[in-house]
Amino acid sequence: MESIDLPLIWAAILAIAVFMYVLLDGFDLGIGILFPFAPKDEDRDLMMASVAPVWDGNETWLVLGGGGLFAAFPKAYAALMPSIYMPVGFMLIALIFRGVAFEFRFSAKGVMHRVWNQAFHWGSTVAAFSQGLILGAMVQGIALEDGRFAGGMFDWLTPFSFFTGCALVWGYALLGSTWLIIKTENELLHWSRQMAVVSMIVVIICLVIVSLVVPLMDWTAANRWGIHYPNIDWSILLPLAPIPVLTAVCCWLLAKSLSDRKSHHKPFIFSILIFALGYIGLIFSFYPYIIPYSLTIHDAAAAPNSQALLLAGTLILLPMILAYTAYVYWVFRGKVDIHAGYH
Amino acid sequence: MPDIFDMLFLARAQFAFTIAFHIIFPSFTIGLASYLAMLEGLWLKTGKEAYLTLYRFWIKIFAITFGMGVVSGVVMSYQFGTNWSRFSEVTGNILGPLLGYEVLTAFFLEASFLAIMLFGWNRVGRKLHFASTCIVAIGTLISAFWILAANSWMHTPAGYEIRDGIFYAISWLEIIFNPSFPYRFFHMVLATYLTTAFVVVAVAAYLLISGKKNPAVITMMKMGIIFTCIVVPLQMIAGHEHGVSVFEHQPVKLAAMEGHWETHTGAPLVLFALPDEEKEKNHLELAIPKLGSLIVAHDINAEIRGLKEWPQEERPPVAIVFWSFRIMVGIGILMLFTAFAGLWLFKTGKLDSNKNYLRLCLLMGPTGFIAVIAGWFTAEVGRQPYTVYGLMKTIDSTSPVTANSVGMSLIVFAFTYIVVFSAGLGYILKLMNKGPVDPSHPETDFESKPVLGTRLDIGDYEHQLKISSHPITGEKPG
Repeated sequence: MESIDLPLIWAAILAIAVFMYVLLDGFDLGIGILFPFAPKDEDRDLMMASVAPVWDGNETWLVLGGGGLFAAFPKAYAALMPSIYMPVGFMLIALIFRGVAFEFRFSAKGVMHRVWNQAFHWGSTVAAFSQGLILGAMVQGIALEDGRFAGGMFDWLTPFSFFTGCALVWGYALLGSTWLIIKTENELLHWSRQMAVVSMIVVIICLVIVSLVVPLMDWTAANRWGIHYPNIDWSILLPLAPIPVLTAVCCWLLAKSLSDRKSHHKPFIFSILIFALGYIGLIFSFYPYIIPYSLTIHDAAAAPNSQALLLAGTLILLPMILAYTAYVYWVFRGKVDIHAGYH
Repeated sequence: MPDIFDMLFLARAQFAFTIAFHIIFPSFTIGLASYLAMLEGLWLKTGKEAYLTLYRFWIKIFAITFGMGVVSGVVMSYQFGTNWSRFSEVTGNILGPLLGYEVLTAFFLEASFLAIMLFGWNRVGRKLHFASTCIVAIGTLISAFWILAANSWMHTPAGYEIRDGIFYAISWLEIIFNPSFPYRFFHMVLATYLTTAFVVVAVAAYLLISGKKNPAVITMMKMGIIFTCIVVPLQMIAGHEHGVSVFEHQPVKLAAMEGHWETHTGAPLVLFALPDEEKEKNHLELAIPKLGSLIVAHDINAEIRGLKEWPQEERPPVAIVFWSFRIMVGIGILMLFTAFAGLWLFKTGKLDSNKNYLRLCLLMGPTGFIAVIAGWFTAEVGRQPYTVYGLMKTIDSTSPVTANSVGMSLIVFAFTYIVVFSAGLGYILKLMNKGPVDPSHPETDFESKPVLGTRLDIGDYEHQLKISSHPITGEKPG
């Protein structure tokens, strides 16, 4: 049907899937990032227990992101994957090490126990860093010729992508530490709050640096905000201004909630909002491109009957998935307490 | 000989390696999920402690295996794009939605309800917990449905049209239920059930040999033997029907499987041979006349086309297909023998005491995995030189990436898989060695041990003993 813009709907669904991934796996990767810095080994047990029931479901959003891109935009999938061949490889290997660490760490004793602790930490950190590399590479744009990747194997590696890699590690650390504020008590809670404060400060600095670097380099991403350095088109920038303004407000609210010892849920919520606003900003920078700035969602779209077939199921299944995912989180709600029989 | 520094060869090696490793885990978890559902159902129905003990034993092994299946599976969903981007682009309209449905209908379902299955004993009621186990088991089957539909379409493409070199769907029903799909689906699901059953029987046999006999172990042995007696014959029928479908739709693959170079009317069944691709003949052939035609065409004088009917570049690598097929069938025959020998011993009351038979069962433990991998080698190598049979060649399916990148990533994947999965195997064997421990004799097993990412201490365990209505909770020490 001509009246329905299928590629746009699919782009929206994929955007939601990727955001769900960043949010959900973000906090459990964040726990892996913070893992070795926890005061005691028992704290590490608790940290892992706080995400053990949900990490697998969280990571499934990544499979939906990859599978959904293949299904709805096969040309984009085929063009993008070779261009980020190496960071995707790092990410997959890292996710293997961290994923198996959940089970292995508890089966292993002595040296191997510590080896799997490290595997969990480095796996989480490298996975987060690789995702940041991919993000940075996409902001800078990916070179295509005739819809196929035409760049070199190291195009993704730039000072900027290295920076976004580090920034995402800290971003996930923020999500992880604020998640721990919800799930833990006493000293571990206190420590989580400290980690959240440190992560928040670094994340704010990173946001400021990105907001300065992208316009100064006059990348396409900046042009789409009306900034052609040194000229600024206020008619484009002003309507978008609420995004950075709201981000600043959320940062302030996050700082406030972190200093309030009674607030356990707010820090996580404000961290999510900061991620959400950054993500919306990114969508404005990219739209209508699915591979910035070479391939649009309409050029990359699968055949309408392919998109329609999967859409019919998705409209029924995605709400169901969200419902039972929420149910699982509800079943495992509350503070993690090993002695009270978390099992 | 293939050039090992060729991008195509490396990409194929990487795919073969990662998927062969991956398939090991679903082969076990699909069967084990159904087994766990059966155990929990039987426990709820009969209240027999042995079922619960077995459930608690196998769920730990399930958790480790499932975790490895998940992480090796994520790799697969990205590898289509990284190494096979041309293939992804050309077949995306058809295969994309099938894989999309796999994620939406199966992966989320499995992951979410697995959480309740593993960690939810104290948090949900018994019925809901049993429902979660069943949902996970059904999820594994739904997943098999979609992935086998996609794979089968690559063997027997249907319901499509090609415009400007890109596949477009015409009939989704024809695409999903393509000619080879029903056979492949049943053959694979039964294979996973058998793989699991032979592991269960082997573990029981090992525990009996090493003197760790208890009611749970006996139950495990008996259930396993009865199950294999039903499923091995079923699998032989399914495999046979699948073979007939190959004869109809992929005759060149069948010729390679059977080692037929010449076209015969009344083809022999080749039992043993060394196929020689250069001379286009078999060495040291041992064959039974006419039986080949009888088996695949149900007529001793039926014509079976030989490999020479196709030009050399259209033939799959004959020796690999020929031998992997024989390994699979050979294991099937051994399984049949083991199952019915077990049934006979069961009837004569010697099932748990005949040491030689128990040793045989132990040896049969890993054969399901070998048969699965050999079967997939037969199917996938037999489809060569095509990715989409008859329509898209493997050589046209690759990505614009260098051999160096593919080679390096292959080395890293190989290293990672070997390290990670041998560790996993080690932990699984450790659990198997310990065996199911009867919760009514907890003193045999006091070491406080965390499982599945959470830890319970002795205090907790005492707490569980008090609430006997919820004994599993006792992720009991050990």
